Amino acid sequence: MAAIDVRKDFPILKRKVHEKKLIYLDSAATSQKPIQVINTITDFYKNYNTNIHRALHTLSDEATTLYETARKKIASFINANPEEIIFTKNATEGLNLLAFTFGKDRVKENDIILVTEMEHHSNLVPWQQLAKQQKAKLSFIPVTAEGKLDLETAENLLKQKPKLFAFTHVSNVLGTINPAKQLIELAKKYNVPTILDASQSVPHMPVDVRDLDCDFLVFSGHKMLGPTGIGVLYGKKQHLQNMNPFLTGGDMIKEVSYTETSWNDLPWKFEAGTPPIAEVIGLGAAVDYLQKIGMKSIQDHEQELTAYALEQLQKIKQVKIYGSQQEQIGVIAFNLADIHAHDLATVVDEEGIAIRSGHHCAQPLVEKLGVPATARMSFYIYTTKKDIDKAIKAIKKAKKVFKL
Amino acid sequence: MTAEEMYQEIILDYYRNPKNFGTMQHPTVAFRDSNPSCGDIIEMQLEIKDESIRDIKFLGKGCAISIASASLITEELKGKNIQEIKNFNKEKVLKLLAIPISGIRLKCALLALKAVKMAAYNYLGENND
Ligand SMILES: Cc1ncc(COP(=O)(O)O)c(C=O)c1O
Repeated sequence: MAAIDVRKDFPILKRKVHEKKLIYLDSAATSQKPIQVINTITDFYKNYNTNIHRALHTLSDEATTLYETARKKIASFINANPEEIIFTKNATEGLNLLAFTFGKDRVKENDIILVTEMEHHSNLVPWQQLAKQQKAKLSFIPVTAEGKLDLETAENLLKQKPKLFAFTHVSNVLGTINPAKQLIELAKKYNVPTILDASQSVPHMPVDVRDLDCDFLVFSGHKMLGPTGIGVLYGKKQHLQNMNPFLTGGDMIKEVSYTETSWNDLPWKFEAGTPPIAEVIGLGAAVDYLQKIGMKSIQDHEQELTAYALEQLQKIKQVKIYGSQQEQIGVIAFNLADIHAHDLATVVDEEGIAIRSGHHCAQPLVEKLGVPATARMSFYIYTTKKDIDKAIKAIKKAKKVFKL
Repeated sequence: MTAEEMYQEIILDYYRNPKNFGTMQHPTVAFRDSNPSCGDIIEMQLEIKDESIRDIKFLGKGCAISIASASLITEELKGKNIQEIKNFNKEKVLKLLAIPISGIRLKCALLALKAVKMAAYNYLGENND
């Protein structure tokens, strides 16, 4: 794919920051939105807006069709069935839903919950709190010095039959692509259900839930060209059927009396209240856009950029890069000498370049790297080598500012 | 504002060689605060005798702005009366820093102030009744 050809679709890339052209290298936090997605959302509000699943009038019929068509698109995007796709607010809510339903019913005193040392707070805190509530133990697959998961220890930990295993597909700090399929196979050997945090993989590479065979998978729409406020939880049908609802109220019911309620069919059983209708339809448009380019092309583009950026960064003396630099996609964490990442981010911002600094919502991992914070650049379909060249130039300028 | 204006020699020097950095064995009062959005942490420790700040130290990790600010604050408050912390405010810290600070970085500049004020209020609260 050619990033140059898609850039025209992203209006924000035309704006200036400090009188310089914006160079957006923070797509792992949230992606920019193409005009096709923005227009789909405005078109919904201009021409179709009403509540769904409720009324018999034409608008409601049309809006419901748009909403459910988007669900079908998103399902087929990850090779799932529409009834296995539950809309949430974001990946975080998907993980909380699982902790409060599936997790709470399954994990009891002295049981083990297995995660890894490279989780985003979203895939750590819900399990940590569940473990506390249920008096269970939280175990961690260690991260090696190269920024990969220690697979030998992983098997030993799985042998202890944890009640569930939640892990990230791609690290939002190190960019490491974890061998998800291998880990899921291993977990199955010991009958451990798997929850995959695909927040950083679904936007950047082909992901097929049938092929992976995970039990659950979550991601956020806003990191894949879609709007904020919409996330996806995929679950195998047999699990979703057996699980209790998370939130209760309107829409998720079949029949209600003053004393009893029966739950709606899947997936609506897990969608209480008026959902983010425009956002779901917007995410459908984002999926259309991604599919038109092709996820394999997107992956190739990003891996090429990652390799290029790593090569350029390494040429700068005093830059330290964290992570394996193999099996890495879209994200690079680094530091410049003794300069705190915030200070570096401030200096490059002056050149119109947006990079992230801090602990990237993975504080324990960054502490394990032995630093208070790191800088991070992350890429997407609209990122070009020229963007990276400009970032490298700005980092070199920072060396001067900090008298290095 | 340019980066050069913000990261003046003096700020970089306070960052690389912070003043009053470390811990004391028996602080009269201590308070630790952190900035959840960026992970910066500052702990302020005070030794107080007869309302006078005999010693003040800080510990923590953070960017040049937060560390320089903590250094300057400890230098400023050492030897002062604890009651003076009540009137020690944002404007005074920014004056000590003497560099332009933009919106988002204000939090960095003021983290140490928050910690030292909380330490002082905890002390005064306990010793008021
Ligand atoms: C790996 C990973 N997991 C979870 C999340 C949480 O996503 P959200 O904040 O959209 O719920 C993020 C994004 O910040 C992430 O990168």
